[in-house]
Amino acid sequence: MPTLLQKILRVGIATEQLDLAETDVVQVVRQVEAKTRRLLGRSLAIREVDAGSCNGCELEITALTNPLYDSERFGIHFVASPRHADLLLVTGPVTRHMEVALRKTYEATPDPKLVVAVGDCAKTCGVFKGSYAIAGSVDRIVPVDVFVAGCPPEPTDLLRGILTALDRWPKS
Amino acid sequence: MMQTLFLLTICAYSLGALGAILGGRGQLGRSLVGALAAIGATAGLLLGLTVIFTGQSFTAFVPALLPVGGGLALRLDPLGAFFLSVIGVVAIPASLYGIAYNEIYESERGSLRLLGAMFNLFLLAMSLVTLADNVFTFLLMWEGMSLTSYFLVITESDEAETIRAGNWYIAVTHVGVAFLVAAFLMLTGNASGAFSDLRVHASNLSPLARDLVFLLTLLGFGSKAGIIPLHVWLPRAHPAAPSYVSALMSGVMIKLGIYGLLRVALDFLGGGPAWWGVLVLVVGSVSAVLGVLYALMEHDLKRLLAYHSVENIGIILMGIGAGLLFHSYGSMSLAVLGLVGGLYHTLNHASFKGLLFLGAGSVLHATGTRNMEEMGGLMKRMPWTALFFLIGAAAISALPPLNGFVSEWLVFQALLKGLNIPGIEAAIAMPLAVGMLALTSGLAAACFVKAFGITFLAMPRSHEAESARESPLLMRIGMGMLAAICVVLGPGAIAVIPLLSRILVGLGGLAEVPVSLTEGVSLQVPTSSSQIALPTLALALLLAIGSIPVILKLLRVNFRLRRSESWGCGLTELTPRMEYTATAFAEPLRRVFAELYRPSKELTIDTHPESKYFVQSIAYRSEITPWFDRMLYTPLLHLIGYIANKIRRLQSGLVHLYLLYLALALMGLIFASRWIER
Amino acid sequence: MTNMMSYGLEIGQMLLALALAPGLVGLVRWLKARLQNRLGAPPWQPYLELRKWLAKDVVMSTNASWIFQATPYIVFGSTVTVTLLVPLIATPIAFDAVGDLLVVVYLLLLGTFFLALAGLDAGTAFGGMGASREMTIAAIAEPTIALSISGLAIGSGSTNLGQILTTTLTDPAAAISPSHFLAFAALFIVVLAETGRLPIDNPATHLELTMIHEAMILEYSGRYLALIEWASWTKFLLFLSLLANLFVPWGMATLVTLPTLALATAAWIGKLILLASAIALLETRVAKLRLFRVPELLSLSFVLALLAVTSSLVLK
Repeated sequence: MPTLLQKILRVGIATEQLDLAETDVVQVVRQVEAKTRRLLGRSLAIREVDAGSCNGCELEITALTNPLYDSERFGIHFVASPRHADLLLVTGPVTRHMEVALRKTYEATPDPKLVVAVGDCAKTCGVFKGSYAIAGSVDRIVPVDVFVAGCPPEPTDLLRGILTALDRWPKS
Repeated sequence: MMQTLFLLTICAYSLGALGAILGGRGQLGRSLVGALAAIGATAGLLLGLTVIFTGQSFTAFVPALLPVGGGLALRLDPLGAFFLSVIGVVAIPASLYGIAYNEIYESERGSLRLLGAMFNLFLLAMSLVTLADNVFTFLLMWEGMSLTSYFLVITESDEAETIRAGNWYIAVTHVGVAFLVAAFLMLTGNASGAFSDLRVHASNLSPLARDLVFLLTLLGFGSKAGIIPLHVWLPRAHPAAPSYVSALMSGVMIKLGIYGLLRVALDFLGGGPAWWGVLVLVVGSVSAVLGVLYALMEHDLKRLLAYHSVENIGIILMGIGAGLLFHSYGSMSLAVLGLVGGLYHTLNHASFKGLLFLGAGSVLHATGTRNMEEMGGLMKRMPWTALFFLIGAAAISALPPLNGFVSEWLVFQALLKGLNIPGIEAAIAMPLAVGMLALTSGLAAACFVKAFGITFLAMPRSHEAESARESPLLMRIGMGMLAAICVVLGPGAIAVIPLLSRILVGLGGLAEVPVSLTEGVSLQVPTSSSQIALPTLALALLLAIGSIPVILKLLRVNFRLRRSESWGCGLTELTPRMEYTATAFAEPLRRVFAELYRPSKELTIDTHPESKYFVQSIAYRSEITPWFDRMLYTPLLHLIGYIANKIRRLQSGLVHLYLLYLALALMGLIFASRWIER
Repeated sequence: MTNMMSYGLEIGQMLLALALAPGLVGLVRWLKARLQNRLGAPPWQPYLELRKWLAKDVVMSTNASWIFQATPYIVFGSTVTVTLLVPLIATPIAFDAVGDLLVVVYLLLLGTFFLALAGLDAGTAFGGMGASREMTIAAIAEPTIALSISGLAIGSGSTNLGQILTTTLTDPAAAISPSHFLAFAALFIVVLAETGRLPIDNPATHLELTMIHEAMILEYSGRYLALIEWASWTKFLLFLSLLANLFVPWGMATLVTLPTLALATAAWIGKLILLASAIALLETRVAKLRLFRVPELLSLSFVLALLAVTSSLVLK
C-alpha cells in the first residue's frame, strides 16, 4: 500500500493535453444538430463495434481510456450495451457475418445517436476491398457521421474525431 | 346466532359431500358442490370471527351420538376460532376456484364424486378439529382430516407418482398420529378425555412426564406441520394433489399442527422449561433455512411452493419458540410478542401460500406442466394470474408493505428483544436465530425472483407455454380474493394484531395486550420499544412511486419509447433456448451451499471417433438428493424392509401355528391385565 | 419541533439526498481517476449523465412486459421512501416511527427484487445472469445486516434509528466499545456488497462476464436508466450515511434551527467525503474477487457481526 501510494504521488497526472490543431484525418459527413451537441457534448457513452477489423484500430481505441489519453476527462466513456450508448465507434470493413450485427446494434441504440467510423478500412475497405467476405464500407450499412482516417488512426485522432462529431473542442 | 352459524357450517359441508356423491358432475353439479363448500367456509369464518371479537367461547350442543370416550364434545375458544377463521380465509377462494378447476376432471381422469365429497368432508373435519373439546373428538377429526386429504392427494390416481406421494403422506401422518395418541394417553391418565380435565391433570404430571408429552406432541404435530425432517411428505403430496387442495393443505391443514402444538404446550401444559422454547426455535430455524434452500433447487413449481411451506412453518415456529422461551423466563409481554408473530405469520402464510398454489394451479391448468423450465412468457398470456402470483411472491418474500413483512418483522423483533434476556440459552440461540431468519428471507426473495421470473417473464420456453390462455373467471376471482387479503393484511396489521394478542389471553397464564397501537404497530415492552407504521409507509411508497412519472412529465422529460428486439449482442436471432433457466438462476447458490446439497454430477461427452477434439454431443446431468432422504429415510426404509423380511417367517400359512399364536396372545393379555390391575 | 417544520425537514433531507447522490458518486470516480494518475471527469459528471439520459429515447425489448416499465419507478420510489426514513442531518425525524432499520433494509430489497425481475424480463442471458448473481449476494448479505442491526439494537433496545442514535449520542462510551467496531466492520463489507463496489462488483467494468448490477440493466435506456442509476447512487449515499451516522452520530442536529441544520449538513457532507475517499482508496488498492469467493468475504462479515452481538452481550 505505501509503495503504491508513493508511486501514485510520484507520477502525478499522466494525462496529456490534447492538441487543438485541426488535422486532415477527420472527415465530417453530416453535421450534428445543435440540440444533440448540447446534450451529448458533456456526457458521451460509446459502444464499440468491431465489424471485421484486423484489431489494429482496437488497440488504439483501448488506449483512449488509459491515463495518457484519458477520454473520461471529456465525459467520454465506453459502455457494455448499445442501449446505454450515444455513439457507435465502428471499425473495419464490414464483413458479411457482422453486417446483421452492426445493423442490430444501430437499431438497438436509442436516439439521438451518432456513428463514427474508424480507420481506412471503415471507409474504403482497405486491403480487403473486393473480398467475397466483405459486405461493404460502414456507410453502406449504417449512416455515418464522421470518418477518422488512418491505419490505424492515433488515439489523439480518435479523440478529435469524436469531438468533431460533437463539434466541441475541449476548453483550454 | 353462533349456533346457527355452527349448524350452517356443518350442514353446508355435509350437503356438499352428499351432493357430490349423488352427482357432482357438469357445470351445475360442480357449482353446487363448490358453492356449498364456500357457504360452509363462510359460516365457519363468521363463527370464528364472532368468537374472536366477543371473546366468548362457544359451546355447541351435540346430541350424544357416540358413547365412546366421552362422546363428541365441541367448544370453540378464541384460539380455535382463530384457526377456524384461517380455514375460512383460504377455503372460500379455494372452493370457488375449485368449481372452475375441476373441469379437467370431467373426463375420466379422477373421480369428481370422490373429489367433491372428500373436499367437503376435509373442510368439515378441519373445522371440527378446531372445535374439538375432548381427546376422542380431536383424534377422530384429526384422523378424518388426514384420511380425507389422503383421498384428495390421490385424485389423479392414474399416475404412479401420485400413488407413491399418497403412500408417503399416509405413512408419515400415521407415525405422527401414533405420537399424538401416546401424548394424549399420558396427558389423560385416569381423567376423562375432556380438555378441561386435561388442564388440571397436566399440572399434576411429573416434570419428566411433561417433557415427554411435549416431545411427543412436537413430533406428532410437527409431522403434520412439516418440520424438518418429518416434512418428507410435503414436497411429494402437494404437487400431486389438485392445486386448490394443495392450497388448503399447505395454507391451512399444516397450520393445524401449529394449533395442536399451541393447544398442548401452552394451554394444557401451561408452558415449560426454557429448553422447550429453544428446541422449538432450533427446529424452526433449521426447517426455515433448509426448507428455502431445497426450494431454491426445485424446478417443479408446486414442489417449490411445498418446500416454502416447510420454510414458513419454520418461521412460525421461530416466533412460537421465542414465545415459549420468554414464557419460561416469565416475561409474559415478550412471550405474547413472539406468539403473536407466529400466529400472524400463520394467517399470512395461509393467505399468500394459498394464493401462490392457486396461481401455480392456474399455470398448470393453462400449460399442463409444473416444470418451470418449460414455462416463460406467461405474463402476456395470463396477465391476471401473473399479477396475483406477483403479489403472492412479493408477500412471501417479506417485501413491505405487504403482509409477509409485518409478521416477519414481529418475529424479528421478538428475537431481537430476546437478546436482552439474561440466560445462556437466549444468548446463544437468539443471535443465530436472527441470522437464520434473515438468511431465510433473503433466500426466499431470491427463490421467488426465480419462480416468478422464469415462469412468467421473457419468452415462452415450450409450445404449451406459447399457447397458454388465461384461466376462467372463477379461478381468477379465487386468486383475486387472496391477493386482496395479502395486500390488506399488510397495513391492516394495526387492526389484526391486537385481536391476536387477545386470543392468547388466558393461555398458560398470558395476560392482555402489550402490543399497543398508536399510529402503526408499536411494540411497548418493558425495556424498549420499536415502531413501524405500515399505513403511512404504504402511502409514502405509493406516493413516491406514483409521483415520479408526474414529476418527469412536468420536467418535460423525453417520453418517447421505441420497441425493438432484445439486445442479444448482435445475434441473428434470440431464441428461448438462450434464456436463463431456473437451474442456471439457482446455480450460484448451489455452489455456495454445495456442502449441503452435494449434487451428483454426470458428464458424458461424445467425441468423433477420429479425433477427441471434435465433440459431437455433451450430456450433463446433475441431481440433488436431500440429505434427510439420503441419511435418514433411505436407511430407515432399508431397515424396515429388512425387519419385515425377517418377520415374514412368522407367516408360515399353517393353521396350527396361527392357533398357537392366538392362544399365546390371549395368555399374554390375561397376564398383562393382571399386572396392570395390581 | 412543530409539525410543519419536521415535515419540511423530511422533504428537505429527501431532496438533499437525491441532489447530492450523483455528486458523491462523481467524487468517488474523480478521486479514483486521480489515484490512477488520470485527469478524470469532473465530480459533477453524473449530473450531466442524468440530464442526457432524461432527454434520450427509450428502447424497450419486444419481449419485455409491464414489469420492465414499472421497475424503474418502483426502484426509485422505494429508494425515495428510504430517504425519508434515514436521519441524515437531524434526529429524531418525523418519520422515525414509520419505519425502523428493518424497514429500510427490506424496502431496498423491494427495489432489488424488482430489478432482478426486470433483468429476467427481456429474456437475454446477461439479464438473467445479473439477476441471479444480485439475488445470491443480496441473500447471503442479509444475515450480516440483520445481526449488525441487532448489535446496534442491543444498546437502545430498539431498531428505530432515532432511538439508536439518541442512545449513542447520550452514551459516547458505547461508540468506542468493541462491539461497535466489529459491527461497523461487518456493515462496511455488506455496504460494499449491497452497493456493488469493489471487491464484490466493479462499478466501472463493462465486461459482461464480471458484471452484477450492470448486467441486470443492460436493456435499460433513456429515462428508465436515469431513474435506476439515480436510485442506485442514492442507495450508495444512504448506506454511507447510515455507516456514518449510526457509528459516529456527532454533528447531527438535535434541534431544528437554521444554524444547527447548516452545521449538521456540513458535518454530514464531511463524513460522506471521508467515507467516499476511503472507498476510492480501497477500490484503487484491491482487485475484484472471483464471484465464488464473494461468499467467503460475506461469511467473514457474518462472523464479525456475530462477534459484535456476542461481545456486546458479554460486556453488558
